[in-house]
Amino acid sequence: MKILIKNGRLIDHKNNIDAVRDVYVAAGKVVAVGDAPADFHPNATIDATNLVVAPGLVDVSARLREPGFEYKATLKSELRAAVAGGVTSLACPPDTDPVLDEPGLVEMLKHRAKLLNLAHVYPVGALTRKLEGKELTEMSELAEAGCVGFSHVTARLTDTLVLRRAMQYASTFGFTVWLHPEDAYLAKNGVAHDGEVAARLGLAGIPSSAETIALATILTLAEETGARVHICRISTREGVEMLRQAKQRGLAVSADAAANHVHLTEHDIGYFDAQCHLKPPLRSQRDRDALRQGLADHTLDVICSDHTPVDDDAKLAPFGETEAGATGLELLLPLTLKWAQETATPLAAALARITSEPARLLGINAGHLSVGATADICVFDPEQFWKIERNALHSQGKNTPFLGMELAGKVRWTLVAGQVVHQS
Amino acid sequence: MNNPQLTKNGELKHLLSIEGLPKAILNQILDTAESFVGVAEREVKKVPLLRGKTVCNIFFENSTRTRTTFEIAAKRLSADVINLNVNTSSQSKGETILDTVDNLIAMHADMFVIRHAQSGAAHFIARHVAPHIRVINAGDGRHAHPTQGLLDVFTIRRYKPDMHNLRIAIVGDVLHSRVARSEIHALTTLGVPEVRVIAPKTLLPHDVERLGVQVYHDMNAGLKDVDVVMMLRLQNERMNGALLPSAQEYFKCYGLTQEKLALAKPDAIVMHPGPMNRGVEIDSAVADGAQSVILPQVTYGIAVRMAVMSILAGNTEE
Repeated sequence: MKILIKNGRLIDHKNNIDAVRDVYVAAGKVVAVGDAPADFHPNATIDATNLVVAPGLVDVSARLREPGFEYKATLKSELRAAVAGGVTSLACPPDTDPVLDEPGLVEMLKHRAKLLNLAHVYPVGALTRKLEGKELTEMSELAEAGCVGFSHVTARLTDTLVLRRAMQYASTFGFTVWLHPEDAYLAKNGVAHDGEVAARLGLAGIPSSAETIALATILTLAEETGARVHICRISTREGVEMLRQAKQRGLAVSADAAANHVHLTEHDIGYFDAQCHLKPPLRSQRDRDALRQGLADHTLDVICSDHTPVDDDAKLAPFGETEAGATGLELLLPLTLKWAQETATPLAAALARITSEPARLLGINAGHLSVGATADICVFDPEQFWKIERNALHSQGKNTPFLGMELAGKVRWTLVAGQVVHQS
Repeated sequence: MNNPQLTKNGELKHLLSIEGLPKAILNQILDTAESFVGVAEREVKKVPLLRGKTVCNIFFENSTRTRTTFEIAAKRLSADVINLNVNTSSQSKGETILDTVDNLIAMHADMFVIRHAQSGAAHFIARHVAPHIRVINAGDGRHAHPTQGLLDVFTIRRYKPDMHNLRIAIVGDVLHSRVARSEIHALTTLGVPEVRVIAPKTLLPHDVERLGVQVYHDMNAGLKDVDVVMMLRLQNERMNGALLPSAQEYFKCYGLTQEKLALAKPDAIVMHPGPMNRGVEIDSAVADGAQSVILPQVTYGIAVRMAVMSILAGNTEE
C-alpha cells in the first residue's frame, strides 16, 4: 500500500520542518518527504490542502479500562477513540483489574491491542504487586514483556521505605518510575481543591499541600536513589515551582499536566458539575496559570489526555459520590491547540508536547516523520470547529467538562503504520 | 451559567441554596412568611394554597425536627404529605437517588423536600426531575440548608428590623455546617454590614473570608458589641480527635456562657439551629435565658417553610 499525502502543511518539530511538503508512505514507512521517490505510484492520495500533516500524537496516559472495567470502556472502543483523536501511540496505566503486575497480563494486553490494528499500546507496569504498596513487582520481567515504565497511579503508597526501594530497584535497570504526587492522608475523602469553591459548595477539600508534600518526598528520594522519575498530573503552582527547582538542580525528572487542568479551574465546577470531578482536583486560577507558565519554560514536558472513561451511572450522583475522571483521547488535540492559541505558542512547538516530547519520555521511536520512520500520521484541520457531544465521541466514556462546547481542531485522517485507520 | 433555582423569568423554581438568589426573592419569602405567622394562632390552622398537591419529604439522612416542621408546613397549606426515610442500606442495595425520586414522580408527587448527606444532592435531583416538579433543599452535606438560613434571618428581622445596621457573629463548626453557609449568604445578601465567624482553624473552611465574613479565633474579641450571636451545633463525632481535643476544651474556648454573652450588646439575641448540645457549645443558662430566641426560631421555621412552598407552587410557568 502506497499513500501520497499531498499539499499539506507538514509540521515535524523533531526534524525542524514546518512547511508545505508532500509525504510519501509505502510498506508502513515514510519513504520520502518533499520530492517523490523514483517510481512512486500511490494506491491512494490524501489531499491535505489547508490541513496540517503531523506525526501521530503520543499520549503518556490513557486508561483503556481493560481488563476488568469493560462496563466503562473496552480496548476496542478506546483505541478507536485514540485514532479518532489522532493518537497513534499511548501509554496505559496499570490500574486495571487485575492490575498490570504480571508479565502474562502485559503480553496479553499488547497482543490484543495489536490484533485491533489501531493505536500502538505501551503498558506502564505496576510498581508494587496489586498496587498495594508493599511488594515490588518483577520489573525486569515486566519490561521484557513490554512495559515502558512503572507506576503507582493513584493507589496509596504511604510506606516511604517501599517507595525508596522501588526507586532503587527501578534505577538499577534504568527504568522510569511514574508517580502521582498526592499525600494519601491529606487527600483522604477530598473531592475538590481546598479553596474558595469547596468552601462555598461545602465539598471536602484536597489542599495543595497534598501535592507538595508528596512531591517533596518523591524528589528527595529521586535525588538520593538516582532514579529517573516522571511526575504525573501536576496541578499546583507550588508543585510547578518545586519541579522547576529540581530540574535546575539537574535531577532526572520529567512531568506532565493533564489537558483539562491546563484550561479549567475550580470555578468550572459551577453548581456541582460532576464532569469537573477530576483527580487531581481542578485548582485555582493561579494554579492553572502556573501550569501554563510551567509548560512555557519546559518545567512541564508534556500535555496528556489523562483519558479516564467513566460509565454514566458513576457520574449520575451528587458530586462527592461520583467517580473522578474524564474521557480525553479525542480532546487532546483540540485542547492543545486551544492552549497554543491562548498562550501564543507556535503550532509546531505546541504539537511537540503531544508528539516528539512524550515519545522521548516513553523511550519509543515515534512522534516524528523522518524518512524510514513508521508512518504514524495525523492529518487535521486546525481551523475546523466541532461540537463535543456524546454522539461525536468514539470513546465509551462520554464524560468531559467540555460537553456541549465547540473546539477547533478536527482530525481528518489518521494513519497507523501506513494504513488509514480513521477518516472523517 | 444559568441559576438552576430560577425560572427563565427569574422567579423561584427550586430552593436549593441561598447563594445566587436576589435580595428581592429573599424579601418576598420573608414577607410571605409574615403572613403565615398568624395562621398557627387561628383555631383552624390551615390555608388551602397547596390543596391537591403532594409533597414528598425524602430524607436520606435522619432528622426528626426538620422533617416534622416541613410536614407541618405542608399540612397547614393543605397538601398531602408523604414521608420517606431512605436509609443508607436500601441505597447500598443498589437503588440510586434517581431511582427513588423517579418512583415518587411516577406516583405524581409535585414537590420534593430533600435531605442528603452529600453536598449538591438537591442540585443533582433538581437537574434531573421533570420541569413541573419543585425541589426544596432541606440540607445537603456541608453545602446548604436554605430554609434554616431563611428562618434565621426572619427571626433576626423580627427582633432587629434594621438589617443594615447589625453586627452578627456565627460561632462554631463552620467547616462542616450547611447552616452556617446558608446564614452567611442570607445575611450578606440582605445587607448586614458585618458578619463574623468565630472558630478554631480546624473548624473553618479554607478561604472562608471569600464568603464575605470576618474571621475571629478568639471568642471574646469576636463577640464584642455584636447584636446577634448565632451558635452552631457541634456533631458528636467531631468532639474528640484531630479536629478538637475534647468537648470540655471546646466549651471552654467556644462555648457560649453568660460571661461571654455579656461582651455582646446588652440587647443581643442568641440563636441556635438545634438540636443543642448543652454544655458543649452553649450553656443551659444562656439557652434558656432571656436573650435566647431559640424556640421562636422553631415557630418561625414553619411560617418560612410555608412561604417557600407556597411561592414555589405558585411559580408554575416554565
